[in-house]
Amino acid sequence: MEEKKFFEQKRGIICTGAFVGLLAVVLMQAGNPANMGMCVACFIRDIAGALGLHQAAAVQYLRPEIIGIVLGAALMALAGKEFSAKGGSSPLTRFVLGFFVMVGALMFLGCPLRMVLRLGGGDLNALVGLAGFVVGIVIGLYFLKRGFTLNRNYSLPKIEGAFFPLIITGLLVFLLTAPAFIHFSTQGPGSLHAVVWLSLPAGLLVGALAQKSRLCMAGGIRNWLLFKDTYLLSGFLTILIVVIAGNLFFGTFNLGFQNQPIAHNDGLWNFLGMTLVGWGSILLGGCPLRQLIMAGEGNTDAAIATLGMLVGAAFAHNFGLAASAAGPAANGKTAVIIGLAVAFLIAYFNSEDLKVQTKGEMKVDAN
Amino acid sequence: MQIDARGLSCPQPVINTQKALKENPDGVQVLVDDVTARTNIERFARLNGYQVESQAENDNFLVKIWR
Repeated sequence: MEEKKFFEQKRGIICTGAFVGLLAVVLMQAGNPANMGMCVACFIRDIAGALGLHQAAAVQYLRPEIIGIVLGAALMALAGKEFSAKGGSSPLTRFVLGFFVMVGALMFLGCPLRMVLRLGGGDLNALVGLAGFVVGIVIGLYFLKRGFTLNRNYSLPKIEGAFFPLIITGLLVFLLTAPAFIHFSTQGPGSLHAVVWLSLPAGLLVGALAQKSRLCMAGGIRNWLLFKDTYLLSGFLTILIVVIAGNLFFGTFNLGFQNQPIAHNDGLWNFLGMTLVGWGSILLGGCPLRQLIMAGEGNTDAAIATLGMLVGAAFAHNFGLAASAAGPAANGKTAVIIGLAVAFLIAYFNSEDLKVQTKGEMKVDAN
Repeated sequence: MQIDARGLSCPQPVINTQKALKENPDGVQVLVDDVTARTNIERFARLNGYQVESQAENDNFLVKIWR
């Protein structure tokens, strides 16, 4: 057998997980919110606020980590000759899925990555979220095994794939020049952040490593359930171990359900929020972090899903859907239920075997 | 037998390979167009006791799986 490349071996993904965990701990110490060294959902929500798409004054900041992750992935993909402009695989469906993944994440208060960081900080509400996340993945797999597909993507002109990284570069310019029309929180989680010269390189490093190793929180559990592959899962577990160690080291490990930072302890809605995130992520082919990475690689379907998350975050704050430390919002509960119903409709109507059954036709399985 | 898994989101290339191997337990060939799908299929094949070899074909990879 030919010698396998570093990033196709477990050492590569474990190395990536260790860096992500370490950088998350460092960023928390350097000023990012507690248990939020890095959170794709929360940080996209902050970017939506910074752009004035919502007016929640406490959560507005052009998070350099997100900018870094996308650009790091783009640069690494270019260097490795893996940058490839592709798209056209049910874009509007992906936008809607991205939207509701954000609604679910803002019910739980975190993307799957922050779920691991919260768990690493001793927040047991994240364990309830993890249970919901796994259930969402299992439901998604049920449909995948019945032929769920959003159809193929196709090659596109290079400039189409370059647009998303270019838009993100525009955000970087706004971050560095801070024009008056960009909102920066002066209090609340949005005001808590590490300095740019630390958070931007951290994001770049995470983006580059995650591009190489394919790190994905949803994919880890999915591939393990699907074919007993522990490659991606070992990245997930490494982050957890490193973050637990980091929190113990800095004395920020606080085991329990109560008084956890930027979290609520309504078990049912933590569970259902993450069920929606898990299910949506499986239908999209990756967790929110992975969507950012693929968008950086030139995949415009992932870029559309990311824009869905951005708009979802704006709606979540404009319509009072987002939960807070006080607990879930009434509108948010309705939105999560609607999200689960939409996920079901998308999953059902795109699953070839189920469609065939409803038509009562015989299908000869030809590939 | 050869299946075309180009342009499909993960893990559909693996699921399609799994289904194809159920019908052709001796081996199949899978055409994919990205490295993630290729490495996922390779891992899946090895974990299930198959031999596997991939070759680049223009912008695609042909993953050959056999016992």
